[in-house]
Amino acid sequence: MSEVFSITVLSLQVSGLATVLSLLVGLPLGTVLALGRFRGRAALLSVINTGMGLPPVVVGLAVAMLLWRSGPLGDLRLIYTPWAIILAQWIIAAPVVTGLTAVALQQLDPRLQLQLLGLGASLPQMVLALWREARLPLIAALIAGFGSVISEVGASMMVGGNIRGQTRVLTTAIVLETGKGEFERALALGGLLLLLTFLINLALTLIQQRGARQRGRT
Amino acid sequence: MIEVRDLVVRRDGRAVLTIDRLRIDRGEVLAVLGPNGAGKTTLLLVLARLLVPEQGAIRFESASGPLASDLDYRRRISVVMQDPLLLDRSVFDNVAAGLRFRHLAAETVRQRTEAWLAKLSITHLKDRPGLKLSGGEAQRVALARAFVLEPELLLLDEPFSSLDAATREALSAELKRLLADTHTTTVFITHDPAEVRDLATRSLWLEDGRLIPRPA
Repeated sequence: MSEVFSITVLSLQVSGLATVLSLLVGLPLGTVLALGRFRGRAALLSVINTGMGLPPVVVGLAVAMLLWRSGPLGDLRLIYTPWAIILAQWIIAAPVVTGLTAVALQQLDPRLQLQLLGLGASLPQMVLALWREARLPLIAALIAGFGSVISEVGASMMVGGNIRGQTRVLTTAIVLETGKGEFERALALGGLLLLLTFLINLALTLIQQRGARQRGRT
Repeated sequence: MIEVRDLVVRRDGRAVLTIDRLRIDRGEVLAVLGPNGAGKTTLLLVLARLLVPEQGAIRFESASGPLASDLDYRRRISVVMQDPLLLDRSVFDNVAAGLRFRHLAAETVRQRTEAWLAKLSITHLKDRPGLKLSGGEAQRVALARAFVLEPELLLLDEPFSSLDAATREALSAELKRLLADTHTTTVFITHDPAEVRDLATRSLWLEDGRLIPRPA
């Protein structure tokens, strides 16, 4: 039981941190892509949109090659540690958050930027106001980012190694138990993963819908 | 107060606004008329420093000292667009937005916001969501949001054009009263000759991006 608990905590820590880090990158980058007018913007948007569908095993392969003992970042000795999983999951979630942030901001009336500046907003104040206006789809971006990493197994397996007590997370544990023919245990872990995902998404959705209700209140 | 010289704004290589000289004096209420696509909104955006011209100079003599930056300039003026473009917040927060951008003390923000809600007769709406107002109510909020900043220059882009005739007339009368009370230097774009007659101290005609003598 204590092992299941530690696996669950590690899953939440790894995927939670990867999501937060993807938000730190995705929110500003998505904002620049939505509001900026620069050469290569369309190409960058296409790259981000492609990245939204990155196969986790491909990300796992790339990160493994990067962190492998003989790889360019091998000296950091991160392979088969939770940090390797966080890095891989960050690469998976960041394009999702970035792309959906850009879409959320592009849905706002473009004249709103001019109006805010015309009221004396500085650039950071304008961006903060736009984020606030787009808060409902931005929370949806957060939900999608978290959903993309909590449920992935390929990258976590390849760069984490599924080491008991160190890098075993819920998804890799399910793969292990299934491989051993321990279907009941695998099913229980699967149910736990679904329950956790549901509860976290429920919390985020409640926050999102409270905003929607406030918007709709007359 | 504000002087424009040798201004050229180009779009896709074509000059969409060319103004050799335009001077707007303090206290003046200048109406800019002209057909659609004449460059009226472009002129307003340039005056608001929201659009950088390819060529030309805009000199602004502020009553409160020299300008430090474009942001400093934009904090001495106020802009009202064709649509109210209110934020997804309460009416109070909408009117207070510009004051908060200027980092004024909370009590000052509250006092000035409440004063202007009262002046525009919208105190009863202060807790309502900004996006749930009628067109006339929303435009009153937009006016309060602009006037609460006590701007040295007020720029209005056809603020009443999307309203019905009765509301437009009422708001026009309201604006006339506010301009008379505050003596705010104003540039407003309009298609409505009645608004020019009621509000403006001077009018200009813009056509194909150039100021021309007003057609008969």
